[in-house]
Amino acid sequence: MTTHEQPRERELDRFVVAARNGDRSAFDELVRRTYVDTYTLALRLTAHEEDARDVVQEAYLRAWRGLPRFRGDAQFSTWMYRITANTAYSSVKRRRRHRAEALDAMREDPVEMHPDLQPEGAAESSAMLDRLSLALEALPPKLRVLVVLKDVYGLSHEEIAEELGISVPAAKVRLHRGRKRLRDLLYEDEGHDGRWASAV
Amino acid sequence: MRCDDVAKILPAAVEQGAAVELSVQRHIESCLRCQAELARYRRMLRGLQMLRTRYLEPAPGLLAQTLAAIEEAGERQAMRSILSGRRLAYAGAIGGAAVAATAATAVMLAHRSRRRTVLGGASSA
Repeated sequence: MTTHEQPRERELDRFVVAARNGDRSAFDELVRRTYVDTYTLALRLTAHEEDARDVVQEAYLRAWRGLPRFRGDAQFSTWMYRITANTAYSSVKRRRRHRAEALDAMREDPVEMHPDLQPEGAAESSAMLDRLSLALEALPPKLRVLVVLKDVYGLSHEEIAEELGISVPAAKVRLHRGRKRLRDLLYEDEGHDGRWASAV
Repeated sequence: MRCDDVAKILPAAVEQGAAVELSVQRHIESCLRCQAELARYRRMLRGLQMLRTRYLEPAPGLLAQTLAAIEEAGERQAMRSILSGRRLAYAGAIGGAAVAATAATAVMLAHRSRRRTVLGGASSA
């Protein structure tokens, strides 16, 4: 967590306490303050706007019902990430077939939409982040979920495995594959393993 | 150690704090191709971390819909608890009535049986 997030988390904690005591307006305030963050995660996980909206609603409903069980060991935002991840993963699994078709169509987008982008440029540049977002969307959903939760949101292997209902080794293997695929999507014009393996 | 062996482990090795074998480290130190590949992974991970604070703005209406869904769920929950409370009250009332009816029947039967005994005693006398 960055330093500027700490006051925000402390403020959220106040609303969490009130909401746990049955204050609905406090929970509404929590939703108001976190829904863009939750939507961002949902959209990155599902790569589908309509699904992401459904995931956000479902995630907050689950959070509202589960609030009495939230003991405050973790931060509210981390707890919401886990609920969102779990909800989004169910959504991804339900619509996997449909998504696979959509992804085939999207796979060309990173190159076609930004033919002038050079990956050698600074990763921090806005253009590179656009390219990275598009490449993430083009990953198979099961791999994308791992990369987003681990590398974007910093969840541990254990937390991810628990929320997705998979083993920790399986989570590690998928993350490894996801990073490799993402690297290939981003830098495919710079050479594949095969190409430079044979050149060495 | 060959470049393709290193390429296979780089996605895991790039993570901070990951244990990397000495032979791999030595190869990377002496191989420009693998250094470039490691730099790509590092750049990619740095970019992914930066996406964390790059928020995607939802289309208007999501907040209102979400709050309405919670409101609706809250009302349903309240209705369920009222109904389950009523059900309990009904069950209690029915149970009470059954107990009262059973008690009344028992009293009536006992009374009749006592009368028969008394009448039987009188006729035999």
